[in-house]
Amino acid sequence: MSEERKLTVSASPHRRTVDTTRGIMLDVVIALMPALVLSVVLFGFRALLVTLTSVVFCVLFEFLSRKAMKRENTIGDLSAVVTGILLAFNLPSTIPLWMVIIGDAVAIIVVKQFFGGIGQNFVNPALVGRIVLMTSFPTYVNDYVAPFAWRIKTLDAVTTATPLAQFAGKYNSEGIAQTLNSPEFPELAKMFFGVRGGCLGETCAAAIILGALYLFIRKVISPTIPLFYIGTVAVIMLIVGKGSVPFVLYQLMAGGLLLGAVFMATDYTTSPINFRGKVIFAIGCGIITSLIRIFGSLPEGVSFSIILMNILVPHIDNLTAQKPFGFIKEKIKKEEAAK
Amino acid sequence: MADKKSLGHEFTKGIIKENPVLRLVLGTCPTLATTTSLESAIGMGISAMIVLVCSNIVISALRKVIPQKVRIPCYIVIIAGFVTIVQMLVKAFLPSLDEQLGVYLPLIVVNCIILGRAEAFAGKNSVVASALDGLGMGVGFTCALAIMGTIRELLGSGSLYGHAILPESIPPMTIFVLAPGGFFVFGLVMACANKLAEAGGGKKATLGGCKACPMASSCEKLAAGEKCGEKEVEK
Repeated sequence: MSEERKLTVSASPHRRTVDTTRGIMLDVVIALMPALVLSVVLFGFRALLVTLTSVVFCVLFEFLSRKAMKRENTIGDLSAVVTGILLAFNLPSTIPLWMVIIGDAVAIIVVKQFFGGIGQNFVNPALVGRIVLMTSFPTYVNDYVAPFAWRIKTLDAVTTATPLAQFAGKYNSEGIAQTLNSPEFPELAKMFFGVRGGCLGETCAAAIILGALYLFIRKVISPTIPLFYIGTVAVIMLIVGKGSVPFVLYQLMAGGLLLGAVFMATDYTTSPINFRGKVIFAIGCGIITSLIRIFGSLPEGVSFSIILMNILVPHIDNLTAQKPFGFIKEKIKKEEAAK
Repeated sequence: MADKKSLGHEFTKGIIKENPVLRLVLGTCPTLATTTSLESAIGMGISAMIVLVCSNIVISALRKVIPQKVRIPCYIVIIAGFVTIVQMLVKAFLPSLDEQLGVYLPLIVVNCIILGRAEAFAGKNSVVASALDGLGMGVGFTCALAIMGTIRELLGSGSLYGHAILPESIPPMTIFVLAPGGFFVFGLVMACANKLAEAGGGKKATLGGCKACPMASSCEKLAAGEKCGEKEVEK
């Protein structure tokens, strides 16, 4: 050590992280870009329009509600941008833009700002936005267009059933085989690159996996929740499909499972703090998703499962709280005192 | 104690400052269930108001006769009597409203507002004061239900009092006539009522055990220095 370097004496913490909310959110936005590009390729420029509208209005609502509540403005941390993109990714490209704006208002004003802004929301804002729109305007939110239909100029749109809608109500061995062999069902490779009906950002498995890898490498999210969530669904579907591997792969790539597991279940505010809690949270999400898919009247249950587990997070955190070193339970203390 | 306050106060306090639904948070079940349309909301509000005024008068008149230990069953019998009368009248003259309200009409018997007013007010105050209290609380309840009913019917089914308002090209937001939408509207209306009550010199709505209750000024237990409910908040 050179003599010039002096020892500094200071109180802890001695090492500070350089991460900022803005930096983390920027990483998430970057990770979402491949899926955005693919959604424009698959569903046309309308996809970009929906996403941009959602982002602009989320930021606007964040700005206005912070102003109205006389609080420090937080649009610079980009969290509203992430919410906007995620909400748009959960909607089909045909949705009327004013519905997107209603979803943005619910997500930002009701779920986020009424509860105190970033870090205080009790569930994922984008998911509530989607659920409110889905329960309010079911025909518009479940109106899925076929990929590449926008290139055919003579048609306005070609609607199509999502792979999960084709599975709906047929989770027995005959139904599964019949659906897998039906000519309308997309091939596995097409599923992987997203050439199927669905919401904007959920269709392309390849793009989401690319985004997830970026987030893992940048250490923005840990792989615990996505892996356990997807793993739980895989195990349950393997049992339901009696060992059929293609069926499991379809189930994993269909619907919003990958998008939800990577980008929404991992939200810092609404997921448990430590490893055990994360595992419980992710397995719970996986079980509820599978139950809704197999037994529910809706074809897909990712958004509801994440919201339900979000609500349980404070309790999971309480149950899995780390015990301080040398901590003795009060009961044992009393027993010892009695002796 | 209450005789010191003006009778006018007994009537007006129920409208905003001690609004039974929005400030005392009583009777939330019928509030959420019957506000899917303005018509059923007003029907529910007025039915409950009639029962409330009548039961308050009778309970107040009998307050010195009813033994302290069995007062709750006695109150319930009186309330149930009036609910039965109202139910029969609605069935006879407004059968469509009866159909809309369904089970919630007989359930007025167990509505916390009515038993709450009997216990907190009519059991201790004069007949005139109790009648005015019941009327004020009833008006407050009806107003709160009507506001929620208007918002939910307009946004949730695009109509008002059964008449279509929004053009058919705008699809209504179905969530507002479902339970989650009811909770959204309830929370927002409650926040507005708190703001209004604070502006009018009412107590600020905070978490603070019994002291934070809008009725704290008339609570005997609190006046006697009992610290009920405070422990939970401290935790």
